[in-house]
Amino acid sequence: MSSWYWWMILGMAIVTYIPRAIPLTFLEGRELPEAVQNVLRNIPYAVLGALIFPAVFFIQENIWFGVIGAVAAFGIAIAGANVMIVVLGSIAVLAIFSGFL
Amino acid sequence: MNEREFSAGLKAGTSIAIGYFPIALTFGLLAKTTGLSLLEATAMSIFVFAGASQYIALSLITAGVAPIVIVLNTFVVNIRHFLMTAALNEKMVPDDRWKKALYAFGITDETFSVLATQKNNKITTAFAVGVITISYGSWVVFTSVGHLIGANLPHFLQAAMSIALYAMFIGLLVPSMRGNRKVVSLAVIAGAINSLFYFTSWLSTGWAIMVSTLASAIFIEWISRKGVKKS
Repeated sequence: MSSWYWWMILGMAIVTYIPRAIPLTFLEGRELPEAVQNVLRNIPYAVLGALIFPAVFFIQENIWFGVIGAVAAFGIAIAGANVMIVVLGSIAVLAIFSGFL
Repeated sequence: MNEREFSAGLKAGTSIAIGYFPIALTFGLLAKTTGLSLLEATAMSIFVFAGASQYIALSLITAGVAPIVIVLNTFVVNIRHFLMTAALNEKMVPDDRWKKALYAFGITDETFSVLATQKNNKITTAFAVGVITISYGSWVVFTSVGHLIGANLPHFLQAAMSIALYAMFIGLLVPSMRGNRKVVSLAVIAGAINSLFYFTSWLSTGWAIMVSTLASAIFIEWISRKGVKKS
């Protein structure tokens, strides 16, 4: 790769940094209207829903990986396990599943 | 820097580090086959630290797309972080702007999810730095490792580990859903709208996640407000 690659990296670094840094620094010490605060408090759970669905079903070309993985993860989480157990448990379930393929 | 908070952050970020491991490894490998040197591949992970954007960049480089287009595309994919860091700011302990500007670099979908779902009302800078350090470390180190060894994990393990980050999202979401209809509705509605965008291809992934998140968050706030007025 030639010098354009490094300019591209610089550009990518800048445009990924801007959306990360502007709200955290600009909003520091500012009180937002209550309605906006309430919407922002809703964001984490909405984000999780959007990050999980529908992408979880398409982790592999074989859709059963996603379906079984999602069921395993929800099952282990609902049973009350912490995040690490949910992650390792789901990986284990899929490792066993792929052994049957 | 509060060491206990920092260690707690490292611990909370461990599941991200595990989830990043196979993705970073594959990224390093793909970067190599795309023709990037070890230095170039690792530099992208060091300076950009954005999984989806980096993968897209590789495929666009292969397709011979102009670098400026790759940069613009990266921006579009990451616009959703405006929303996430604005939400995260509500939860962070106030701190010097320069410190916030530093740790802001480490906010990804995954670090945001871990930070924003912490039970504590307020999150310290040290805790956030801990979560980011272990995640970023995993991303950068395993990018290099993937390029160096030039081979992937055994296929069954690669396939099994591709669930890791989604399992983590689920593991973060479920405890908050318990007995909380609002949380359930927020996640289900956002997931449903996002799925609609996915299957209709109306919006690209970056926009789809942002629009469905915002729509769900505003809708639920509007509903709960109406509920309060009525009662």
